[in-house]
Amino acid sequence: MPNEYRVSTANRMRRMATNHLASGLAVLSTILVVAPLVAIFGYLLFKGASSLNLAFFTKTPAPEGATGGGMANAIVGSGILLAVASAIGVPVGIAAGIFLAEFGRGGKLANLVRFTADVLNGVPSIVMGIAMYALIVARQKHYSALAGGVALGIMMIPTITRTSEEMLLMVPHAIREAALGLGVPNWRSVLSITLRTASPGVITGCMLAFARIAGETAPLLFTALGSQFWSVDVNQPIAALPLQIYVYAASPYEDQIRQAWAGALVLIVLIVGAVSLVRYVTTRGVLKGAS
Amino acid sequence: MGVGIEVRNLNAWYGANHTLQDINLHIPANQATALIGPSGCGKSTFVRCLNRMHETNPIAKVTGSVRIGEIDIYSDASPVEIRRRIGMVFQRPNPFPTMSIYDNVASGLRLNGFRNRRVLDEVVERSLIHAALWDEVKGDLKKKSGASLSGGQQQRLCIARALAVDPEVLLMDEPASALDPVSTSKIEDLIFQLKAQYTIVIVTHNMQQAARVAERTGFFLNGKLVEFDSTHKIFTNPGDKRTEDYITGRFG
Ligand SMILES: Nc1ncnc2c1ncn2[C@@H]1O[C@H](COP(=O)(O)OP(=O)(O)OP(=O)(O)O)[C@@H](O)[C@H]1O
Ligand SMILES: [Mg+2]
Repeated sequence: MPNEYRVSTANRMRRMATNHLASGLAVLSTILVVAPLVAIFGYLLFKGASSLNLAFFTKTPAPEGATGGGMANAIVGSGILLAVASAIGVPVGIAAGIFLAEFGRGGKLANLVRFTADVLNGVPSIVMGIAMYALIVARQKHYSALAGGVALGIMMIPTITRTSEEMLLMVPHAIREAALGLGVPNWRSVLSITLRTASPGVITGCMLAFARIAGETAPLLFTALGSQFWSVDVNQPIAALPLQIYVYAASPYEDQIRQAWAGALVLIVLIVGAVSLVRYVTTRGVLKGAS
Repeated sequence: MGVGIEVRNLNAWYGANHTLQDINLHIPANQATALIGPSGCGKSTFVRCLNRMHETNPIAKVTGSVRIGEIDIYSDASPVEIRRRIGMVFQRPNPFPTMSIYDNVASGLRLNGFRNRRVLDEVVERSLIHAALWDEVKGDLKKKSGASLSGGQQQRLCIARALAVDPEVLLMDEPASALDPVSTSKIEDLIFQLKAQYTIVIVTHNMQQAARVAERTGFFLNGKLVEFDSTHKIFTNPGDKRTEDYITGRFG
């Protein structure tokens, strides 16, 4: 080998050192990202696990001052609120994303939709709660799970819209052409080919939005209100885990504070569980080699 | 049965770039017509004008008339209808990445609402056999994604997908450019068979291929159709000096 192509020993040492430094930094940043999550989860386990018993999952809260009881109604209430929210946020968000990526390109309406989504994303959640109070609760003259679900659902929309738009735009042009070239109408091609190709990313966007609103308390304060009793009626006030945690954490009673920790633990586990379940279900059908 | 294609005063643009200038030619039914010419001369643009794919590009414009059989594709029918009757194999293979091999081939029919399983099975098998891919993939039709195939296999998959919708005209934009000699000759055999049912337009950089498969050949240069004649004449006694220079390899 000619001399000038050979790497000198000093040079090689320097390259190896750089390499080690870079991998070291990568590991360090991974730890920095993962550490808070592990710490929070560990602390919740430590504080909350001891209060988890059958009653916690099957009973409604104990009367003021009494010990025992559980958060069964809040767990179910959160489920209902999130179902209502997803029923609104997911279809509207995806539809808006499709509009932005496929139909509205560069048009005035598209810019307006995009701007609205970005503004909506910046609206503080408490403001969303007040707005829904004025629009729904004040008119119906009662608090309701529906109002809470709508508030959360609207909060999901901007995240889902923007991630869907970006994921759809990443679908290669050649794939759209393939569909059009087969004589497939444009709308059909968008739904069955483009959206389907982008679906892993779109689903991730939905999950991000879901995880974000699942822990929201502020939008529920003036809408779902919270409740100490069983209810599955969307026209009535309903309990929710974050609300129950909020109330109990500030309670003077030792037992309720412990239950607040347990509630926080259950909330996190449920969010992680729901996200993992959706991921599992939606990736199960994916084929080998599909990107 | 295939149908003839009559192109009159076809002009096409990408923005201000006048990509095709006054193209006139008649492509006979049930024959293969080859289009040759240096890179960037407008061959792809031309075939894309024959099934109204050109207009899917927002900066594209086209004027003139293209008649396929009795109909003027730019005034008598919707682009969707036209593309269903005039199939296309694109220059770069573009299988649907999230679909299995089977679903890729069946996609044209399915997306147009066709659901009969037994018929779909038959069509998929026949199309894959035609495209010389069946033997390689019959084991994992529904297990493997279209994107997991090699480049050459993907191109044959795209050919099968185009055949499955049973078009009257098949436009092939360099269908063999990513294929090894064995699959190339399979594709050429396929073109011979297909002529009985379809009218075929094939873009190619391979002169021998044009000479082997096509009855007629057109030579494009800088957006113009320089010469269009029987393949034999083009390759043995071209009427234009530029054609002769190109096929003898003096430029391009
Ligand atoms: N999507 C596009 N946007 C803008 N200009 C384009 C586009 N596609 C092609 N062109 C231009 O149109 C002209 C003809 O391109 P075309 O793809 O038809 O050439 P071609 O003969 O198929 O070349 P090749 O043999 O390399 O495939 C070229 O000058 C090219 O730069
Ligand atoms: Mg080309």
